[in-house]
Amino acid sequence: MNRRRFLTLLGTAGVSTAMSAVGAKKAVAAGNQSFKGYKDSYGVLHDTTRCIGCRKCEQGCNEVNDLPAPKVKFDDLTVLEKSRRTDPDNWTVVNKYNVAGLDHPVFRKQQCNHCLEPACASACFVKAFTKNPDGSVTYDGSLCVGCRYCMIACPFNVPTFQYDEPFDPLIRKCTMCHPRIQEGKLPGCVEACPKEALTFGKRDDLLRIARDRIRTNPGRYQDHIYGELEMGGTAWMYLAGVPFEAVGQQEMGSKSAPEYTAGALGSVPMVVGIWPVLLTGAYAISKRKEKVAAEEREEAVQAALAKAKADAESAMNSALAKAAKEKDAAVAREVKKAMEQAEQAFEEKFAALRAEGQSAETGDDGEGKEDA
Amino acid sequence: MHDANTKSGLFTPGNIITGIILAVGAVITFIRFTQGIGAVTNLSDNNPWGIWIGFDLLCGVALAAGGYVTSAACYLFGMKRYHSAVRPAITTAFLGYFFVVVALHYDLGHPLRLPYPLVYSQGTTSLLFEVGLCVATYLTVLFVEWSPAALEWLGLRKIRNVVVKLTLMLTIFGVVLSTLHQSSLGALFLIAPGKLHPLWYSSFLPVFFFISSMVAGLSMVIFEGTLAHRGLHHKMDETHLKEAEGVVFGFGKAASFVLAGYFFIKIMDIAMDNDWAYLATGYGAWFLVEMFGFVALPSFLYALGVREKNIILVRVASIFAVLGIVVNRFNVSLIAFNWNLPAADRYFPHWMEIGVSVFIVTLIITVYRFIATRMPVLYEHPEYKDAH
Repeated sequence: MNRRRFLTLLGTAGVSTAMSAVGAKKAVAAGNQSFKGYKDSYGVLHDTTRCIGCRKCEQGCNEVNDLPAPKVKFDDLTVLEKSRRTDPDNWTVVNKYNVAGLDHPVFRKQQCNHCLEPACASACFVKAFTKNPDGSVTYDGSLCVGCRYCMIACPFNVPTFQYDEPFDPLIRKCTMCHPRIQEGKLPGCVEACPKEALTFGKRDDLLRIARDRIRTNPGRYQDHIYGELEMGGTAWMYLAGVPFEAVGQQEMGSKSAPEYTAGALGSVPMVVGIWPVLLTGAYAISKRKEKVAAEEREEAVQAALAKAKADAESAMNSALAKAAKEKDAAVAREVKKAMEQAEQAFEEKFAALRAEGQSAETGDDGEGKEDA
Repeated sequence: MHDANTKSGLFTPGNIITGIILAVGAVITFIRFTQGIGAVTNLSDNNPWGIWIGFDLLCGVALAAGGYVTSAACYLFGMKRYHSAVRPAITTAFLGYFFVVVALHYDLGHPLRLPYPLVYSQGTTSLLFEVGLCVATYLTVLFVEWSPAALEWLGLRKIRNVVVKLTLMLTIFGVVLSTLHQSSLGALFLIAPGKLHPLWYSSFLPVFFFISSMVAGLSMVIFEGTLAHRGLHHKMDETHLKEAEGVVFGFGKAASFVLAGYFFIKIMDIAMDNDWAYLATGYGAWFLVEMFGFVALPSFLYALGVREKNIILVRVASIFAVLGIVVNRFNVSLIAFNWNLPAADRYFPHWMEIGVSVFIVTLIITVYRFIATRMPVLYEHPEYKDAH
C-alpha cells in the first residue's frame, strides 16, 4: 500500500518528529502488498436493470439520516426529467437515462461508492475520513478545515459542502448508514427499495452474486461489474444492461487514488535528503571559485609586483652601470684633457725656451741650455 | 516629494482607487464571514475550488518564487551582482506568502482550524498536507530572511547581526521548501486524472509546476523591478540602480533558457502520453495558445531582448511570462479541470470572488509600499553598508 509505504519512508527518513511519530506507528503495516479492502467488509450491489426510478431509496435515506424535508416530495417523479447530483441534504439521488435503442429509460442511483482506497481519505490533510472495517467511509466534521480537497479528489463527485452555512460548514455525504450497520440494520436506501435493485452484503458475496446474474441471464447484462476494479475497487458496485458510459459512469482505471500520488509523496524525503547536499555543494563550488579567483588575482599581483621590482632593479643597475661608465669616461676624458693640457703647456714652454735659447745663442750659449 | 506624499498628496488618484478597493474588500469580507462562502462565490459541489485557489493560492505562491530564485542565485550560486535584488525579492515573497495564507482564510470553511493539519491531526497521505507544512515553514523562513530589513529600520543591531549569520542556512531551507511545495501544488491534481483534461494532466505535473515557478520567480523580479522603478525610484541607492540593469538582463537570460526547457518537457509529455489527437480539439487550440503565446513567445522575446540589450523588450517578455503562469495555473485548476462536465455545471467566478482577489493584491502592494518607503529594501542602510 503506497500510502503506508510513504509513511514508512517518512518514518525512516525522519523528516520531522511529528511526521516520523505517525510513520513509526504505521511502519509495521507497510510492505509491498497492496490493500484490497478489509476482509469481510460490506457493500451494496446496485442492479440498474431492476431499478424503476421510484425514489423510495432517496426517501429512505432522508428519513434514517434525519435530513431536512425535501422541497419536492419524494413521490413526485418529475424531478427525474433533470439530471441531479447529491448535495448536502440529499445524500443519494436517482437519475434517469434515455439510452438510444432502448424502449425504456434506465435509472441509476448515485451515492458515495465507499472506495476500498478512498480518494477523499487519501486527500484529506487532517484525516477527517475513515475507511471502516465494515466497508463504509465516514467523516469526522470536528477535524474538518473545510478545504474541499476531498471534493477535488473524489472521482465520483460525491462529497458535498455546506456553502451556505457561515460558521460550521461541513462536508456531507452518504455514510453507507455506518451507524445502522453497526446495529445490524440495513442501510436506509437498501431497506426502502421495493424492487430489490439494491442488495446489501459482504463485498465478496456481492461479486459472486453479480457474476451469477451475468451468467444466468445471457443478454441482460454487460459483462462488467462497475466498481469491482474501478479506482482500486468500491464497496458499492453496479450492474447494467447498457454500457456504463450511457448511465453516466465514466470509464476509470483500476489504480486507486493513492497510487496516483505515491510517487510525488515518495520523492519528498529524497528532496529533503539530497537537496541540501547539492545546494551546499553549489555554494562550496561558487565559494571555491571565488577563492581560487582571489588567489589567482593575488598571484598575478605578486607576479606583477615582482616583475616590476625586477624591472626596476635591472633598470637601476643598468643606469648605475651607465653612470659608472660615464664617470670613467669623464675621468678618462679629464685625464686626457689634463694630459693634453700639460703636454700643450710643455710644448709651449719648450717652444718658448727654445726661442729664448735661440736668442741667447746669439749672445750666450743656447746649446748648453737645451741639453739641460 | 515626502511632503507631497504626506499631506496634499493623500488624495492622489492612486490612493483614491486603493481606498475604494480596500473599502469594497472590507464589505465583501464582512459578508463572507457572516453569510458564508456561498453568499459571495459561485462555488458548487462540482466546482469546489475557484479563483481563490486558482489565483490567490496557485498563482500567489508561484509568483512569490522570486524569493528563493534570487536568494539562491546570489548566496548559493555566487552571483553577487544580484545582491541588491535579493531584499526586494525576499520582501515580495514574504508578503506574497503571507497574503496567500490570509486569502486562504476566505476559502476555508473553518479558517480557524488552519493549524489542525500541523498540530492536531496530520493527514500525511495528502499532498495538501505537504503543501501546508512547507508553506507554513517557508513563511517562517521568509519572515526571518526578511527581518534584517525591519531590524535595521528599528535599530536592533544585535539581533540583526545574528539573523544575517543564518543567511546561508535559511537560503538552503528556502530552496528545499520551495522545491517541495511548488511541485506539490501541481501534485495536488495528480489524484484527479479523470477530471483534468489529458493535455494538462500528467504524472509530471509536480515537475512542471516547479520548473515554471522558476520562470515565475525570475519574471516577477523583472516585472516588479519595472513597477518599483516607476513608483519608488527615489528610494533606490546607487548600487541598486547600477545593478538593476544587470539583474534584468541576467534574469531575462535565465528565464529564456528555463522557458525553453519547460516548453520541451511539456511537448515531450504530450508525446509520452500520446495526447497528440487532443491538439485538434478546442482544448488543443487553447493548449497551443498557452504553449506558444505564453511559453515560446516570452522565451524568444527574452532571448532577443538580452541579445540586443533592449531592456524594454525584456520587460515586455516578463509580462508575457507572468501572464503565462496565471494562464497555466488557471488551466490546471479551473479551465481544463472538470472539462467533462456540461457547460451549465462549469464554474465562472462571482464578482465578489474577483473582488477579494483584487483586494488581496491591493493589500500586498500597499504593504510593500509601506515597507519599501521606510525600511532599507531598495537601498542599503548607511550603518550596515557592506555588512551583509
